[in-house]
Amino acid sequence: MSEPTTKGVLTTPIFKNNPIALQILGICSALAVTSSMGVSLVMTMAVIFVTSFSNLFISLIRNHIPSAIRIIVQMTIIASLVIVVDQILKAYAYEMSKQLSVFVGLIITNCIVMGRAEGFAMTNSPGLSFLDGVGNGLGYGFILMTVAFVRELLGSGTVFGFTVLETVQNGGWYVPNGLLLLPPSAFFIIGLIIWALRSFDPEQDEANEFVMKENTQPKEAV
Amino acid sequence: MAKSNDSIKKILTVAFALCIVCSIIVSTAAVALRSKQQQNMELDRKSNILAVAGLYEEGVNVEEVFRSITPRVVNLQTGEYSDQFDPQTYNSFEAAKDPAQSITLSGEKENAGLSRQEKFSTVYLVGDPESPDQIILPIRGQGLWGLMRGYLSVQGDGNTIEGITFYSHSETPGLGGEVDNPNWKSQWDGKEVYAEPGSLEAAISLVKGGASSETEVDALSGATLTSNGVTNLVRFWLGPQGFGEYLARFRSGVESNEVQSASTDSNQTEGA
Repeated sequence: MSEPTTKGVLTTPIFKNNPIALQILGICSALAVTSSMGVSLVMTMAVIFVTSFSNLFISLIRNHIPSAIRIIVQMTIIASLVIVVDQILKAYAYEMSKQLSVFVGLIITNCIVMGRAEGFAMTNSPGLSFLDGVGNGLGYGFILMTVAFVRELLGSGTVFGFTVLETVQNGGWYVPNGLLLLPPSAFFIIGLIIWALRSFDPEQDEANEFVMKENTQPKEAV
Repeated sequence: MAKSNDSIKKILTVAFALCIVCSIIVSTAAVALRSKQQQNMELDRKSNILAVAGLYEEGVNVEEVFRSITPRVVNLQTGEYSDQFDPQTYNSFEAAKDPAQSITLSGEKENAGLSRQEKFSTVYLVGDPESPDQIILPIRGQGLWGLMRGYLSVQGDGNTIEGITFYSHSETPGLGGEVDNPNWKSQWDGKEVYAEPGSLEAAISLVKGGASSETEVDALSGATLTSNGVTNLVRFWLGPQGFGEYLARFRSGVESNEVQSASTDSNQTEGA
């Protein structure tokens, strides 16, 4: 692997090495909060804040973290940051925090944050780690916003709460797709995004783990 | 370097220092923001009450408008006001958990799926507390997935509904979650709770396929169980076990008022 560059750590996580689409991390919250774009945006910002600062702080003390307890050290830092974010949201964006409910707290268990802390911040300088956190947060946010756009538009006929397709319930013509309001629908959309990304960039295709053997020749069986 | 990092002394020092630093940050954030958060929660509760009374508009000063609303604690059994508690601080949810201040309920459907009910509850009176324009009652009960909490506003006659709102519920988005839909909520305006003048049993219900009378509201399409839940909880809270006794005071008041106004009317015709 080549030396990470400033531009590289910021942009590769968005398309080339997306935490959700390539590493398939953080799916849980991507399913849960993407029924509306406003909520997804706040969630994205919260995750960017937590990944970047947890990376920064972990990188700052990386030379002093005993390897025996490094995971719990990372966890403590991440958890503290998440609690701070949660408290701030409750104080300044109460409506949002009500809608996000437990999912802000669950950023703690979001594998993206932990993965970047363990995989990048432990071995890189604070500045780069911070940017890497921002980049991965953006990558997460990119998927989140795309999924939320589709779900909100087709599920409730709105974008950021503004009516685009007038729904039948409100006297319009559009019959909303109820499935898209439910969390499992995000699976389909994320799947389609992964398909699209890998069609554009075949490098992301994984090698077949199990190659099918050719059919056994009948004569060998005899 | 790596070796010194893994000594027991170093492990303990790092762990201890980290815990101290993190706990200071977390507790500072929690303490510094607590008053702001409580204010938010209070504001949220108040704006829900205003919303059900139809007094809430985008950007309105909630505290200002809320000053015209008088909270009172009501004894559910007798329907009388009680001065035993301070209405500003009395918390009916806490009371419902306290065995001394609540009763145990049994029988799922009649009790809106609740297992305990408080003996006293807070009502909010809009306008003159003696003869209010609107009476706002807290309601709650089981929906399909969980407890639904909301407010119901009844006009001063103790019978005509002004509005309903649920501020917390966990119904299916798009189906039962449509209890939040303003169009559906607006149907409640002008509906009547009781079918017969003397009865304490609430008759209001959600019906499928179009409401046909004053005590019927359109059910939520595709959400039969949520609709049943709403019917049950509204009937429970407006019935004899809920605010039935209390509302009856206003309802009998209406009758005597009508007699009075009728007599003044006849006087006027005589004079003319």
